[in-house]
Amino acid sequence: MFVVIVGAGKVGLNVARSLSQLGHEFILIEQRRSRYELLLEEMQEALLFGDGTEMWVLEEAGIRRADLVVAVTGDDEDNAVIAQLAKHVYGVPKVVGRVNNPANRKTLDLLDVDATVSASSMIISMIEHELPHHQFVPLLSLRRENMELVEIEINEESPAAHLAIADLRLPEGVLLATILRGDAAIVARGSEVLLPGDQVLCLLPPGKEKDLIRALLPGRRPEDVQAEAGRDILGP
Amino acid sequence: MYVIIAGCGRVGSGMARQLSAEGHDVVVIDEDPSSFRLLGPLFTGQRIVGAAIDWEVLIEAGIEGTDAFAAVTDGDNTNLVCALIAMRAFEVPCAVARVYDPLRAAAFAKLGVRTVCPTEDARMLMLQQLYACPAGRGE
Repeated sequence: MFVVIVGAGKVGLNVARSLSQLGHEFILIEQRRSRYELLLEEMQEALLFGDGTEMWVLEEAGIRRADLVVAVTGDDEDNAVIAQLAKHVYGVPKVVGRVNNPANRKTLDLLDVDATVSASSMIISMIEHELPHHQFVPLLSLRRENMELVEIEINEESPAAHLAIADLRLPEGVLLATILRGDAAIVARGSEVLLPGDQVLCLLPPGKEKDLIRALLPGRRPEDVQAEAGRDILGP
Repeated sequence: MYVIIAGCGRVGSGMARQLSAEGHDVVVIDEDPSSFRLLGPLFTGQRIVGAAIDWEVLIEAGIEGTDAFAAVTDGDNTNLVCALIAMRAFEVPCAVARVYDPLRAAAFAKLGVRTVCPTEDARMLMLQQLYACPAGRGE
């Protein structure tokens, strides 16, 4: 796979390092001279100096043959423009864009970015994941795949408690992937029995959240459970 | 006509003054409140402090009912993105973005964004002036 990464900040650099370890071909574009010079020794010819929202820079990077473009600059409007150019001018099959300000997520969604990555939203999700009183935490949204990953906590009242996964009545399209029990992560095989206190990671199509909450957490209004996720940290 | 202008620099403020003097409803958005001094004392429109790519700022400016939207901030990418938001999220019938980079201006024009490229205009106007110069002085 050939990947064009725009923005060699911490995120871009680490994406590049991971791709390098996985044996993929990539090019990293950076417009700050000092940052470029700092990384040149490590990245060598995989590093390109220039403004990655300029089309001639993208073309020099080889965007026309890119399988994936990763737009991870510190400016949301730059990431949005890179995504538009990649998708609609150069026909890149997949574009991942970074959202710096969570308020701009809907702009990147509007502008056809396949997957948005928001560090601040992810950190908020992580914090919620650590808090005891959230029974439902949306962790990740994969728009192109039409999939969401959510975490849901099984309590004593849940009809799923003490049942084997094969015997659960889950809404259509919902896949129970992993059980987090104590410090262990358990693969959700059909024979595995759910216990109160388990946190289960579920894959589901968007829009099925309420059905899932109804199935696993009866006696709670789905709207209330969903509203809890986020309110404590983000404010009302 | 109801017009929203994003960016209160020389171009934005000049457009706002003229449209306001002609009796149009004008709203100007800029991140820097001190830029509004360019509007002068006769400007009767609304001034909003905020980022033009922020949907809440755009809604406050009345984007849901505006006839036209002009993006003339100092950033090409900001102008393109807020024009796209105006067109696609709020169905503004006429959204125009100033884009200094001719390549990006042409590319986004192909994607349906109305763009004005001062660089391209200056290139043509300068060439017109040069072509009008008599040659042969050094002979």
